[in-house]
Amino acid sequence: MSANVATAAQAASSPDDKAAISVKDLRKCFGDHEVLKGISLEAHKGDVISILGSSGSGKSTMLRCINLLETPDSGEVRVDGELIKMKQSRDGHQMPADIRQVERIRANLAMVFQSFNLWSHMTVLENLVAAPTHVLKRPRAECLEQAEALLKRVGIWERRNYYPPHMSGGQQQRAAIARALAMNPKVMLFDEPTSALDPELVGEVLRVMRSLAEEGRTMLVVTHEMGFARDVSSKVMFLHKGEVDTVGEPKEMFARPPTPQFKQFIANFNK
Amino acid sequence: MDFDFYLSTMWSVLKALPLTLEIWFFGIAFGLVIATGLTWLRASGHKFGEYFTRAYVFVFRGSPLLVQLYLIYFGLSQFDFVRHSPILWPILRDPMYCTIVAMALNTAAYESEIFRGALRAVPVGQIEAAKAFGMSAFTRFRLVTLPIALRLALPAYSTEIILMTKATALASVVTIMEMMGTAQKIQHDTFRPIEVLTCAGVIYLLLNLSIARLFAWVEYRLSPHLRPPPEQGQQVKLVPEVL
Repeated sequence: MSANVATAAQAASSPDDKAAISVKDLRKCFGDHEVLKGISLEAHKGDVISILGSSGSGKSTMLRCINLLETPDSGEVRVDGELIKMKQSRDGHQMPADIRQVERIRANLAMVFQSFNLWSHMTVLENLVAAPTHVLKRPRAECLEQAEALLKRVGIWERRNYYPPHMSGGQQQRAAIARALAMNPKVMLFDEPTSALDPELVGEVLRVMRSLAEEGRTMLVVTHEMGFARDVSSKVMFLHKGEVDTVGEPKEMFARPPTPQFKQFIANFNK
Repeated sequence: MDFDFYLSTMWSVLKALPLTLEIWFFGIAFGLVIATGLTWLRASGHKFGEYFTRAYVFVFRGSPLLVQLYLIYFGLSQFDFVRHSPILWPILRDPMYCTIVAMALNTAAYESEIFRGALRAVPVGQIEAAKAFGMSAFTRFRLVTLPIALRLALPAYSTEIILMTKATALASVVTIMEMMGTAQKIQHDTFRPIEVLTCAGVIYLLLNLSIARLFAWVEYRLSPHLRPPPEQGQQVKLVPEVL
């Protein structure tokens, strides 16, 4: 019996089959309003999962629960097999048991925000080296070199000494993606990365995201871009009123919507 | 116009400038320390901290600095324990120290409100980004919250410093011969208020002009992101600096 437990534990922590992200029965209320009603999700290395849903379906909240920008009320989150430890606070709410663990895990989960959230008092280059030097403690020269390479990759190297307010939304979001890449993250979390952009700027950001998907990065993408969800992602997850309505292979799901809610959802988009 | 009299008065008042600057400097320096403590107490989220700082601001912002100065200089020495205290008495029997204490306590009330407002105005998203990248609370504060809050606080803070420059003139009512005290003495000796007070006023003006210019320069240096972007082809600075 004890030998079985040991092998099971070994299997669970072996690098091949442990999920990059594993979420189990996540619940979250804001006041009386239950936003997440028990959501589970598994992302393996190389998965690109598009998370769809109408506004208020809980998709952003779910993403923010993974890196604990929101604290879930119950449920568990594992990153690379490691459980984020939680404890009960005095007023009965759940809270992280070990903030150091949370910070260490967050450093592996780079996030790209809807409103970019670049640090406005730093140049683009400074934005890219701030976290790698201060969180990962890597040498500054090395970080600068990597930062310049990343900026070339997303096509805004010429703007490296600009401040965020001096750039277009598309450029800012590409800078924010480069900032996330500078952490060499295991998983990238995208929270509606194109929703704040003018329509003509959406393409340049999606192109960068598509190239990231093609090089095999693990990505969770909350989005309203149906094209990206259908053509680029390896899996689509549709949330409806705080629950997982359906999960599946994108081409299949868009060709034959498995639930009436999802059918309705994509019908609204094609209007 | 008696040019020689203007010149000699100007010179006499200027000789008191170092004393004015001393009161000014120590007043704002200690004031900044107290204000930082108050801001921290207020931001800590404890109920006691909030009530204490609110009461402090209510008292020191709500009553005239002159009243506070009189209470400290004339009032506190009425208590036996103050006169017999080996720590308090050497400070409170000295009008210079009393002025500095009054100014520091007073300006701290205003400054803590300025800092509180600035901290609250730091965009939440930028703090969240710092969290999401794994920064500890301290790193977050040092790299993101503090630099942004400082830039937000600077305009109001510079105004407060200028108010403090003018408030140093109150020291003259507790026997200190700084610029205003000196000017008043010359006025009493010569009965020529217009010339004397004009001289003092001009020096205060020039002093505040330089302080305002200094702050404007600091503000300019710290906020390239709020100015128009560099022209196409214009050289932009290559060495990154954080603060």
